[in-house]
Amino acid sequence: MRLKGAQILLETLVREKTEVVFGYPGGAVIDIYHELPNYPSLKHVLVRHEQGAVHAADGYARASGKVGVCLVTSGPGATNTVTGIATACMDSIPLVVFTGQVPTMLIGNDSFQEADIVGITRPCTKHNYLVKDVEELAQTVKEAFYIAETGRPGPVLVDLPKDVMNAFCEYRYPSVVKLRSYNPTIKGHTGQIKRIMAEILKAEKPVLYAGGGVISSNGSKELISLARKLSIPVTTTLMGLGAFPEDDDDLSLGMLGMHGAYRANMAATNCDLLIAVGARFDDRVTGKIDEFAALAKIIHIDIDPTSISKNVQVDIPIVGDVKATLKHMLEVFEKEDRKEDWGEVRKDWLQQINEWKNTYPLEYVQKDVIKPQFIVEKFSEATKGEAIITTEVGQNQMWTAQYFKFIKPRTFLTSGGLGTMGYGLPAAIGAQIAFPGRVVIDIAGDGSIQMNIQELATAVQYKLPIKIAILNNGYLGMVRQWQELFYQKRYSNTVMDIVPDFVKLAEAYGILGLRATEPKEVVSVIEKALSTPGPVIMDFVVEPEEGVYPMVPAGAPINKMLLV
Amino acid sequence: MRHTLSILVENKSGVLSRVAGLFSGRGFNIESLSVAETIDPMVSHMTIVTRGNDQILEQITKQLNKLINIIKVVDFINGDFVDREIALVKVSVNDSNRSELLSIIDIFRGKVVDISLDSYVIEITGDEDKIKAIITLLKPMGIKEVTRTGTVAMSRGSKTKN
Ligand SMILES: Cc1cc2nc3c(=O)[nH]c(=O)nc-3n(C[C@H](O)[C@H](O)[C@H](O)COP(=O)(O)OP(=O)(O)OC[C@H]3O[C@@H](n4cnc5c(N)ncnc54)[C@H](O)[C@@H]3O)c2cc1C
Ligand SMILES: Cc1ncc(C[n+]2csc(CCOP(=O)(O)OP(=O)(O)O)c2C)c(N)n1
Ligand SMILES: [Mg+2]
Repeated sequence: MRLKGAQILLETLVREKTEVVFGYPGGAVIDIYHELPNYPSLKHVLVRHEQGAVHAADGYARASGKVGVCLVTSGPGATNTVTGIATACMDSIPLVVFTGQVPTMLIGNDSFQEADIVGITRPCTKHNYLVKDVEELAQTVKEAFYIAETGRPGPVLVDLPKDVMNAFCEYRYPSVVKLRSYNPTIKGHTGQIKRIMAEILKAEKPVLYAGGGVISSNGSKELISLARKLSIPVTTTLMGLGAFPEDDDDLSLGMLGMHGAYRANMAATNCDLLIAVGARFDDRVTGKIDEFAALAKIIHIDIDPTSISKNVQVDIPIVGDVKATLKHMLEVFEKEDRKEDWGEVRKDWLQQINEWKNTYPLEYVQKDVIKPQFIVEKFSEATKGEAIITTEVGQNQMWTAQYFKFIKPRTFLTSGGLGTMGYGLPAAIGAQIAFPGRVVIDIAGDGSIQMNIQELATAVQYKLPIKIAILNNGYLGMVRQWQELFYQKRYSNTVMDIVPDFVKLAEAYGILGLRATEPKEVVSVIEKALSTPGPVIMDFVVEPEEGVYPMVPAGAPINKMLLV
Repeated sequence: MRHTLSILVENKSGVLSRVAGLFSGRGFNIESLSVAETIDPMVSHMTIVTRGNDQILEQITKQLNKLINIIKVVDFINGDFVDREIALVKVSVNDSNRSELLSIIDIFRGKVVDISLDSYVIEITGDEDKIKAIITLLKPMGIKEVTRTGTVAMSRGSKTKN
C-alpha cells in the first residue's frame, strides 16, 4: 500500500492503539491535520496552549497507564512543549510527542518557525528522533512507542519535517521492534531475590519505601500482599501515593520526606531494613543524605540501573521490574514460609510506629477561617478514594498529599520531580478524557491555576466535568512559607492579591463558579460541585498564612522536623 | 582516578551530542574524546578519557549505557589495554637546532611529515606520557603549534568488544 507520510503516521498511531491525540495545528503539521479526519478512531483534543497538550497527555498516561500522544507544529509550537516534556521526563511518564519541522531542505537555515527541537529536548526526553526519510517513518514511530513505554518509561519526541509528511512510500506496519542497544531488564536476578528475602525474614524493623515505580509497573497488588503477609509497614513517596491503601491503619505510614508524616520519617530513620521499591532516593525524601536510614541495610528494586546507588549506597540492588520482582519474592516467600505469625513478630516495631503516630499525628485546628487541610479532608471523605485527583504545585499539592486518603494507584497525578505549576488543570483534562465517567478534581493554588487557565476552554469544549478547587490563600504560598521561616518574613513578590474573580471567570467560560468564605460553606460547595454535571470552579478563600507541616528544613535529617 | 572508556555506539546522527550532553549536563568531565567508524559502518567507536571516583565512574557508565544509541561501554582498568594518541607538532628549525631536533624525533620514533625553510611538522604516536615528554623536549626549540587527537584505546589479547 503506497501512502503519504502524514497517512503513514496516522495509520501507525491507529495500529499502536492510540485513542487520543492532544494537539494544536500549524503550518508544519497542516498536512497531518488535513488527513486526520480520515482516521475517525483517533480522537483529537484541541488544547489552548501546547504546554497544556503535553500535560493533558501526561495526565491521560498517568491515569490510564497508556502512552500519551501529542501533536504540535514546528518552532513555537514545539518550544511550548518543553516544560511539559521535562515534567514527564522527571516523573518517568510515557509520552510520544510529535512536532512538525520545516522541510528537510530548509533545516538549519533559520527558516520560518524553525527550532532545533531535537537539540533542545535531548536532555529532557528518554530519546528523540528527527525523521529525514519517509521510509524510516513507520519504524521510527513504532520505536518511539516502544521506548516510551518499556523499561523506565519516559517521553520520546519525534520531529517530522513537512516534506517527509508529503512524501510517498510503500507502507508496511512494522510488527516488531528490535533495538540492538536497548534492552531493559525485567526479571530480577534470582540469587539476589533469595538474598533479599533472607534479609527481610531476618529484619526486626523493616520498612517498605514505595515510589512511582510501583505505580508505573502496576505492582500495587503485589506490594500490598508482600506488606500484609510479612506485616511490613509501608511509606510512599509523593509519586508513590496510591500504591498502598492509606486506610490500612496498621501498615500505612503515609508519605515520607520534607513534608512527610512524623511516623513515616521516624520509621525511615530508625528502621533496620529499608526496602526501596521503584523509588529514587530524591533529595526531598532523604533530607541530609548521610543520616538517611543510617542504621538500616538498604535493598533497592529498580528497573533503571542509574537510579541505584546514585544518591545512597545500596547494600542489595536488584535491577528489574517492580511487579515481576515482587511476584518472584512472594513465590520465594511462599516456599520458605516458616509459618510464623508475622503480626506477632513485628509487634514491637508496629507498636513503636503507632506511638509515633499518636505523638504527632497530622493535624490542624479549624476555627473561623477556612483551613485548606479541612477542604482536602472533605474532598477525601466525599469521594471515598474513587476520584482522580490532580494538583498544582506548592502548598495545595502538599496538603493534598498529606490529607487526602489515597486508596488506589493512578488516582493521584502531580508533578513531583520538576514541580511544574500549571500542571494540574491540563492533567485533569487528560485524566477525564481517559475516564469520562469518573470524578476528576484539580486541587489548585491561586497562583498555579493561572499558569494554564486557558485550558478551561478545552474542558468546556469537550464537556469534561472536571472540578477545580482553588485553595485561595492570596499568596504564592509555598514560597511565602520559606520566606516566613528562613527569610525573615520578607514576602518579596509572593503576594498574589490581584487575581481574577474566579466565580466570574467561571461564568465567562459558561460554567459554574462557587465560592466558600466560611468553614460551614465548604461541604455544601463541595457537594454542589460534585453533583453538577459540567466543569466547576470552586474558590475557597482560605487562611492566608497557613503553613505546611511537618517540614524538614533543607539539608536537615528527616527526623528533625518542624512540627508547627 | 583517570579512566579510559571504550564505547560502541550506533552510527546515528546526534549520538555525539547525546554523549557530550550527558557529560556536561551531569557535571562529569571529558579529558579527551575521539570517535570514528568501526569496520561495521553502522557502528562507531568512541574513546573517552575521564576522571572521577568509583561512584562517579559507576554513574557515568550506567548513564552512558542508558542512552538508547549506546551499544556497549567498557571501562579499561590499568594494564589490560593499549592506548595511543597522535600529535602533530610544528617546530621552528634552523641550522643550530636541526641535528638535535632530528635526534629527538628519532629517539621518539617520530616522523617529519612536512618540511619548509624554517619549520618541520612532526608526527608522533604514543600514549599520553610519551606525547607529553616529547613536547617538553621540543618546547625550548620553539613550538609554533600542536594538535593532538584524543586517546584511542583497545583491550589486549584476543577479546573483542562485540
Ligand atoms: C513542593 C514539593 C515538595 C515535595 N516534597 C516531597 C516530600 O516531602 N516527599 C516526597 O516523597 N516527595 C516530595 N516531592 C516530590 C519529589 O521531588 C520527587 O518527585 C519524589 O520524591 C520522587 O518519587 P519517587 O522516588 O517515587 O520517584 P519517581 O520519580 O516516581 O521515580 C520512579 C523510580 O522507579 C523506577 N521505576 C519506574 N518504573 C519501574 C518499573 N516498572 N519497575 C521498577 N522500577 C521502576 C524509576 O527508574 C525511578 O527510579 C516534592 C515535590 C514538590 C514539587
Ligand atoms: C512554573 C513554576 N514557577 C515557579 C515555581 C516555584 N514555586 C513553587 S510553589 C510556588 C507557589 C505556588 O503558589 P500557589 O499556586 O498559589 O500555591 P500555594 O503554595 O499558595 O498553595 C512557586 C512560585 C514552580 N514550582 N513552577
Ligand atoms: Mg496560593
